[in-house]
Amino acid sequence: MSDHLCHVTDLEALERCAIHGRASLYPERIKIMVGMATCGRAAGAAEVLEAVHEEVEGKHLPYAVAETGCIGWCSQEPLLDVWVPGQPRVTYGRVKPGQVRDILAELPDPKTNLALAVMTGDDNALTGKRISYCNGGDGHVDGLKSYADLPLFKRQLRIVMRNCGIVDPASFEEYAARGGYRALWRALFSLTPREVLQEVLTSGLRGRGGAGFPTGRKWQAVCEAKGTPKYIICNADEGDPGAYMDRGVLEGDPHSVIEGMIIGGYTMGAHEGVIYVRDEYPLAVARLSEAILQAQRSDLLGKDILGSGFSFNISITKGAGAFVCGEETALIASIEGRVGEPRPRPPYPAEQGLWGKPTCINNVETWATVPVIVQRGGAWLSAIGTGKSKGTKVFSLVGNVTNTALIEVPMGTTLADVVNEIGGGVPAGRVCKAVQTGGPSGGCIPAAMLDLPVDYESLTQAGSIMGSGGMIVMDDHTCMVDIAKYFLGFLEDESCGKCFSCRVGTQRMKEIVDRISKGRGSEEDLKLLEDLAWLVGETSMCGLGQSAPNPVLTTLRYFRDEYLAHIREHRCPAKVCKELITYSIDPVTCNGCGACISLCSGTAILGEKNKLHTIEQAKCTKCGSCLETCKFDAVLVN
Amino acid sequence: MLHVESATLDEAFAQFDDRRENLIPILQEVQATYSYLPEDILRHVSRKLKVPLPQVYQVATFYRCFSLKPRGKHVVQVCLGTACHVRGGTRILERVGTETGVAGVGTSPDLEFVVETVRCIGCCGLAPVMRVDKDIYATLEQTKVKRVLDRYRAGGRRAAKKGASRE
Amino acid sequence: MIRLTINGSSVQVEPGSTVLEAARLYGIPIPTLCHDDGLSAYGACRMCVVELGVGHLVTSCNTRATEGMVVRTNSQRVARARRLLLELYVATSPQSKRIQDLASAMGVRECRYEAKNEDCIQCGLCVRMCAEQMMGGAIGFAGRGVSRRVARPFDQTSELCRQCGACLYICPVCELRCQASTADTALCSGCLNFSPSCFKTYDDAMCFLDPCHACELTGPFRADARTSRRAATTAR
Repeated sequence: MSDHLCHVTDLEALERCAIHGRASLYPERIKIMVGMATCGRAAGAAEVLEAVHEEVEGKHLPYAVAETGCIGWCSQEPLLDVWVPGQPRVTYGRVKPGQVRDILAELPDPKTNLALAVMTGDDNALTGKRISYCNGGDGHVDGLKSYADLPLFKRQLRIVMRNCGIVDPASFEEYAARGGYRALWRALFSLTPREVLQEVLTSGLRGRGGAGFPTGRKWQAVCEAKGTPKYIICNADEGDPGAYMDRGVLEGDPHSVIEGMIIGGYTMGAHEGVIYVRDEYPLAVARLSEAILQAQRSDLLGKDILGSGFSFNISITKGAGAFVCGEETALIASIEGRVGEPRPRPPYPAEQGLWGKPTCINNVETWATVPVIVQRGGAWLSAIGTGKSKGTKVFSLVGNVTNTALIEVPMGTTLADVVNEIGGGVPAGRVCKAVQTGGPSGGCIPAAMLDLPVDYESLTQAGSIMGSGGMIVMDDHTCMVDIAKYFLGFLEDESCGKCFSCRVGTQRMKEIVDRISKGRGSEEDLKLLEDLAWLVGETSMCGLGQSAPNPVLTTLRYFRDEYLAHIREHRCPAKVCKELITYSIDPVTCNGCGACISLCSGTAILGEKNKLHTIEQAKCTKCGSCLETCKFDAVLVN
Repeated sequence: MLHVESATLDEAFAQFDDRRENLIPILQEVQATYSYLPEDILRHVSRKLKVPLPQVYQVATFYRCFSLKPRGKHVVQVCLGTACHVRGGTRILERVGTETGVAGVGTSPDLEFVVETVRCIGCCGLAPVMRVDKDIYATLEQTKVKRVLDRYRAGGRRAAKKGASRE
Repeated sequence: MIRLTINGSSVQVEPGSTVLEAARLYGIPIPTLCHDDGLSAYGACRMCVVELGVGHLVTSCNTRATEGMVVRTNSQRVARARRLLLELYVATSPQSKRIQDLASAMGVRECRYEAKNEDCIQCGLCVRMCAEQMMGGAIGFAGRGVSRRVARPFDQTSELCRQCGACLYICPVCELRCQASTADTALCSGCLNFSPSCFKTYDDAMCFLDPCHACELTGPFRADARTSRRAATTAR
């Protein structure tokens, strides 16, 4: 398709690219699409794609085969979609390579027993238009629900994720076909930098990286700052474990970020942009590199963009494995070739950032929203969401939930709706206990408070933060003391280590929680923990340290009874903390099959075939593999 | 021959100017080429970029992607992100430990594997997750770990079967 | 001149002064551990924190004084922070006289943490001294978070080290012990020439040229009181 790349010197040229894009997005022939983002690949999508190629080429079928990014239906990966002109797009989930032949054999009819749902058309938040796939028909297929009726998708409003799962992320033309680079055109030729800034201010957009600082005000500060050259940075470090929103956007629609950054450069008078991507995302780096090359070859990056006289270039810097580099000043230090030690603020990066010059750092989602604000106006975005939290937010809904997914919902949607309606609730037989938001800087919100609307202020008041969007559902098999210990372990490793309060404070907090988890804590330890948490939060220099106590404080606030059970009764209610549980075999249900013996990591299970097995407690390592394997529910945890 | 004299290294360095800001990308090239950062190369980089050795050493020891010791042949990264933790990630790590003889993180006695933890790979929807070299394995269970690792033993890096995929 | 308020009093300082410099100019005491006037400000020890209003406490050593700033150097929050910090410092390096003195001066009477005898508090004075004053640059930090430490590259003394001993001199917790012939049990040469009065009561004494605060107290920092507390802890 790259042969069609042309120098986009004017709107007509862009339109010509778009025409090619539309032809490949909505071809006249059957198209098979496989979701090839990292999630898909981890689930085996590469083998599925291989099987598709084999079938199509082997049988000389006149079908198009394409890759796409993340539609967000993670629990159903690998996903395979079939496009038949004039018919709704059919999605197949959990596809095995062996099923490909059967699916293709039925075409153009869908293989309904393997299919998940149908897409009758697609919406485009950038253009505001909906494209119907069914030539005016309602696109109904017997036995299959349409996306619009599925709880997982019904409540979603895809602005940032507008192209993910729809376009081939390697196709510049398809991005153009979805309205790509029209916003840049509008900014460069119909709006002054001042006017673009005004739209961003009006939109009420707040930084999607976690802190929620009003984006317009940050841009304004950079506009007004003295010093050249100015820089634009995209923070794609996404270190919060459990969060992969940015990965979804970078792998599924890299051009959206590029376009947003160029518009930002134009507004703030910067000519150089850097995308800092974490090292753990090689596919995102590859997609971005490709997209940057395409933009350069189409003259959308470089000198005199679209003939406007404005020049802008983007480079990629890879992270090197440090969570703290998600903090803006540490990120800057890393780009400068130093260790990721944060610097005190003020001065803020807007005044003195990269190389001491005015720098605007924004998160991937924030940049991806910019083209939509420019094209549809700031007022359009501010009509979505709540009073102080405008627009939508992408969340990675993971953990003990039925539909683990990457979703985008309007601000103000309640946690309950997200977990129960969209997520389908916790798996059968379990009870939702808490939802963790904000990563290691956030906190655990108890199930009783799930009516909380998802917006910056509500989450902060509850003791957590919005954070970058990781939302981890925890059920009654999760021990909150163990969770606090988990986050503290993470923080003591990832702290840059410079400030005494953060370095030693997180270590000492972990020591205390560890003691409690082992049944060796005392009630004085809780007071000590609270004192320490206060100290670390008050006296640390950067956001990492200042928010490090949040997981401990929220679990203490909402799950104090669990801490007390560990302390007073030496009992772990969720049966997780190893020192406080024992595994045993039920003499009634054990049938002596021996499946557990081969897996036991401590060789602690004794028993002859068809006779009752027993666990030798002294050797038991509590690995839990016997529980995992036993088909007769004969392993008990006490 | 000292690493410093190799032609591969010259090629790697050719991509970058001798400026301090290229320190990390240069070290990443070295790490990718040698699977660790040899001492003589770090000294060479310090001289070339005119960055004091203690600062180069600090960068080399600060970032997790760097290793100062040669690593095992196959890199096993067990994800301990929150979603993976909640879905049994620590048990997977323990099982990997049992199968490789590595307590926690480190290189196995037979030098076949180096076990590391990572937070997070970004496949949280399919937790728990583990990466071996370039292959990612999702929705893992303890029972599957041995089978996965056996594929890499004895020098065989065969194509991954169902349940894994190359990047 | 910049005008600001410290503890209710209006003061004036040259532009570019830090809050710590402003306080010191007016004789207002702010404790520090990692600060030295001859070296660049570092902000690692957090002892010099002050209150600037409702936000987090900030370190005065690297915060520029600005026009109209309102600083409180000894508010309840600041005092509580210092005490809690010192409790942690004592647990990290109980054998440091400097830390013991600061702790008892601030009224820290108990240490609820397990002692670690780590000595190094990573104040960075040795690193800065070597780099900035002695122009050596032979040592630096290595690692991150819980595994961060002061180190020589590859754990070998580099050719940049001129054995000047400035790092030893500047260390506030005497991490590097004295090099006298009976180093394990002796004190640094300073003490060999003096005979301080508290020598007899304080058997873990280290180099000191002033009598240690601890000896003047009758509280828990006395050697015999500490032994009985240790016994009580192991009994639990």
